[in-house]
Amino acid sequence: MLRETHPRTFRILALFFALFVLFLYGPTLTITILSFQGPEGGLTFPMNGASLHWFAEVFRQQSIGDVHGGFRRSIALGLIVMLLTVAISLAAGLAFRSRFRGASLLFHIVVASLIMPSIVVSLGIAALFELLGIERTWWGSGLGAHLTWTLPFGLLIMFAVFNRFDRRLEEAARDLGASPAQTVRHVVIPVIAPSLVGVGLFGFTLSYDELARSSQVLGSLNTLPLELQAMQSNATTPVIYALGTLTTGVSFLVIGVSLATLLWMRRRRERRGSDAGKGMV
Amino acid sequence: MRAARPLTLADPLAAEAVRPAALARPSGGGLAPYLLVAPLALVFLVFFVVPVGLVLVVSFFEYEAYDMLIPAFTLENYREVFGQRVTWDTYLKTFQFCLSVWAITFVLGFTLAYFLAFYVRTLTWQITLFLICTIPFWTSNVIRMISWIPLLGRNGLVNQFLQGVGLVDAPLEWLLYSDFSVTLGFVHLYTLFMLVPIFNAMVRIDRSLVEAAADAGASEWQTIRHVILPLCKPGIAIGSIFVLTIVMGDFVTVNVLGGGKVASVGKSINTELGYLQFPPAAANAMVLLAIVVLMIVALGRLVDIRKEL
Repeated sequence: MLRETHPRTFRILALFFALFVLFLYGPTLTITILSFQGPEGGLTFPMNGASLHWFAEVFRQQSIGDVHGGFRRSIALGLIVMLLTVAISLAAGLAFRSRFRGASLLFHIVVASLIMPSIVVSLGIAALFELLGIERTWWGSGLGAHLTWTLPFGLLIMFAVFNRFDRRLEEAARDLGASPAQTVRHVVIPVIAPSLVGVGLFGFTLSYDELARSSQVLGSLNTLPLELQAMQSNATTPVIYALGTLTTGVSFLVIGVSLATLLWMRRRRERRGSDAGKGMV
Repeated sequence: MRAARPLTLADPLAAEAVRPAALARPSGGGLAPYLLVAPLALVFLVFFVVPVGLVLVVSFFEYEAYDMLIPAFTLENYREVFGQRVTWDTYLKTFQFCLSVWAITFVLGFTLAYFLAFYVRTLTWQITLFLICTIPFWTSNVIRMISWIPLLGRNGLVNQFLQGVGLVDAPLEWLLYSDFSVTLGFVHLYTLFMLVPIFNAMVRIDRSLVEAAADAGASEWQTIRHVILPLCKPGIAIGSIFVLTIVMGDFVTVNVLGGGKVASVGKSINTELGYLQFPPAAANAMVLLAIVVLMIVALGRLVDIRKEL
């Protein structure tokens, strides 16, 4: 509405936005290009030929820290965190629709976890495991630490979803004789499925890239981001860039698959109209 | 312009858009809600409430070289940490980072949100541009920090360019491993946290208010100053809370882009933990936490955030 009246302002703001996008993606683009350095190439420009040498170097066994193990653990942990985040957020989202004692307190605790300095959480979990004499592992204390980071996002998404949920759909299901479990299974979940994909995306990517909360709780075996942080301080070859390109590639793949799933769901819904008569039979 | 709503699916940072439905819907659910919420409550009890409480307890503990947690009640850790000049300098430095990063992300976030909310006219474009801003958030922060090194380094692209066009004779040393690079890294990573809540507040502004301001003869700048800015206050407060708390507690960005030359509170806690000095680290963490809480309370005073939730 303002565009017609201020075409000049529009151009300035559009340029500003474009520069910001360049600022946002420029560095990542730089290391992507540099990861194709020739075998003799260094950490900065100019490019000394072009090759896949440094990618091959990443895959060569044990040339650099425990990157392979870190990668496997990060993927495994990311998947576990994703599944748990979706399941726990969905259950909690359903629970928060009715009144229960402690609801407000719990909500504020979850939000507090979102803005709590991660180093404090990590220190606390480490101290707890230390005092209890339990060994710190990526699948134990590490998993817990990641959940305190992903669940607030999941729960807030569920709130946003259920605030817009048309309750008449459930009433209709109930009137037709569906049990509460059947209503959730055949009415609620299909309707909110796209948002669950979103929660899963947050669950995986936030865990896959998590570093600050993990820092004190992983024990002897690191996840990939910690491995990377340890590597970067004494990196002397572009292998770190190749690794960065691959990691970013994994993230983009996950984002792409999620967005594609969302689009596919929306298309299917538009094409088929309602799912009436397809659920309960 | 309600049309911009679907964005919230990808946008949980917009906490002000949501509210626990329980507060709005009085209905008894029997035992079911307790069972459904139990896993969530359990996770946060075991991995958040108890640990954070334990940090407080541990901050009064004693420690030795081979026994890092000896139950006791001593204020020695606080005395040890805050008896040092360097701790105070570190806090001061961290506050400086908070202030400069906050100011920059606010200006950037507000301007970008303003463009998206008021100048981008179709929903498809709004979603597309919004996604372009959001996607880096889902990629690795460490890699995004490392990505600055070949640009800012001694022989990096920026220095090559500056020397190439003859602006400087020798490479600038302050570009990397400096306050500058750390601030740049923060802005790069966290402008989104300011942009999203402000954008979310902006799309909820009734457009007729903006038109009324224009009809009454307000310039665009006056409209921003007297109509849009006040109505964005809750979004600004939420964005500020995110940015300030993140910068206050950060140690990774300072580590990677400060290269050992830059100090921050989070980094000093991390260093203490590296030496297995849990109690002093806990004392430091408690003070950090107190400051973060004070910041949130102060920002909460500016706007009634709970009303916005």
